Amino acid sequence: MDSFWSALGGAFGLLVTLDPDLLEIIGLSMQVTLTAVLFACLIGLPLGAAVATFHFPGRSLVAVILNALMGLPPVVVGLLVYLMLSASGPLGVLRLLYTPTAMIIAQMVLVTPIVAALTRQVIEDLNREYAEQFASMGVGPIDRLTAMLWDARYSLLTVALAGFGRAVAEVGAVIIVGGNINHVTRVMTTTIALETSKGNLQLALALGVILLLIALAVNAAVMALRASAVRSAYA
Amino acid sequence: MREMAFNPAPGASTPATANSETPMLLVRDVSFSAGGNRLLANVDIDIRRGSRTLIMGPNGAGKSLLLRLMHGLLQPETGAVLWQGGRLTPEACRAQAMVFQRPVLLRRSVMANLKFALSVRGLRGRERAEKIRAALADAGLEHLAKRPARVLSGGEQQRLSLVRALALEPELLFLDEPTASLDPASTAAIEQLVLEANERGVTIVLVTHDAGQAKRLGQDLVFLQDGTVAEIGSVETVLNSPKSEPVRAWRDGRIYLGPNTRSLKDFTGRSH
Repeated sequence: MDSFWSALGGAFGLLVTLDPDLLEIIGLSMQVTLTAVLFACLIGLPLGAAVATFHFPGRSLVAVILNALMGLPPVVVGLLVYLMLSASGPLGVLRLLYTPTAMIIAQMVLVTPIVAALTRQVIEDLNREYAEQFASMGVGPIDRLTAMLWDARYSLLTVALAGFGRAVAEVGAVIIVGGNINHVTRVMTTTIALETSKGNLQLALALGVILLLIALAVNAAVMALRASAVRSAYA
Repeated sequence: MREMAFNPAPGASTPATANSETPMLLVRDVSFSAGGNRLLANVDIDIRRGSRTLIMGPNGAGKSLLLRLMHGLLQPETGAVLWQGGRLTPEACRAQAMVFQRPVLLRRSVMANLKFALSVRGLRGRERAEKIRAALADAGLEHLAKRPARVLSGGEQQRLSLVRALALEPELLFLDEPTASLDPASTAAIEQLVLEANERGVTIVLVTHDAGQAKRLGQDLVFLQDGTVAEIGSVETVLNSPKSEPVRAWRDGRIYLGPNTRSLKDFTGRSH
């Protein structure tokens, strides 16, 4: 028990003194996660909205696949991305393995189905309300899609948050494609795993606290935004 | 029911000569089923250009369904809806607009709702801004232009929905019970906007349960019962001298259960 309190004390020491190593790890984690979520949203939002809005053969199958992909095992994604990016893989020539870009790709593969599947649900509900009015007004497919994505923006923020939550806590895929190289690809989750195995609980705990605080802050911000939108009847 | 007097040319897609003599919209022998139930059967209606046609009938008679078929939101199972003698193409549907019983407003401001509708029709810049200003003035909603549309009262929402439809400059406007849950003042405001639009040449087809509204707004009246046209004619003739039992029962406030029943006691589905 004493070691826990001493580790916790040391963790707060690192946080209060703004330890450069700690800041570097947090900075890279945020850079990788936010970039991955951004690209996942760029792909997943229109994809989910299109599946919700347009009728095409195999639409139900696509919806089932998207839902199933929400539960992709991270290590499997890590392995697949590794095989794609390794020297003998089809994208090996890009030499991306063990770089932050590889980690972004792995996180993006994990998060895109989550964003797309949840977007499909949100937009499907909205489409049920808007479809007849849009048909009456002669709204074209692209206008329909963009209008619904815009009108559902506050609900979609929660979708992006779900993607962020998955990406920021991810360790299996990024450790395979990133390698956990110090000052290059070391992020919060991989550092926690490494330092815990080494017995350096101070840094691991400090990063754990930061991870929790980030999750808390992002959730609080999105909830506040959504509450304000509901009050103004924009959600 | 009117006699069939029109055979559409197969594949006719271009409008025939459109003049005041040619009905703007023809419903010919239209039937529609859903879930194995026949909801509309052999409906024939002519909508004259510039007219105000009221569609009345009890709940479940098929009024809203008929409106959706006439507007091209649904396709008839058999028969045809003809626009100016030709097929009801997507382009023809753009010459029409519809106001729904429950206003469907975007999660945006009052002004943004109008802006969206006009943008869809390709209007931009000054022309669009002027149309928005005129629509807001018509609806008496200038002071609420920046408010979220969904916080407006029911009457204000329906006025916005109506001026949004009218801003698209339709030749034919469908209204599905637009005043169903509104107070008398809001109802009067909607009726005023409808009459003004009609004076500008917009043809009106309106579904209502309100006999008073039918007399105030209607010229032609179509009375539907169980998915068929029970009676058709001028509002005054149909309501004052009904020829059919369903309309007589409706006017007298009785429930019409079928040709052989006079009251709920006679209804075979009732044990006592």
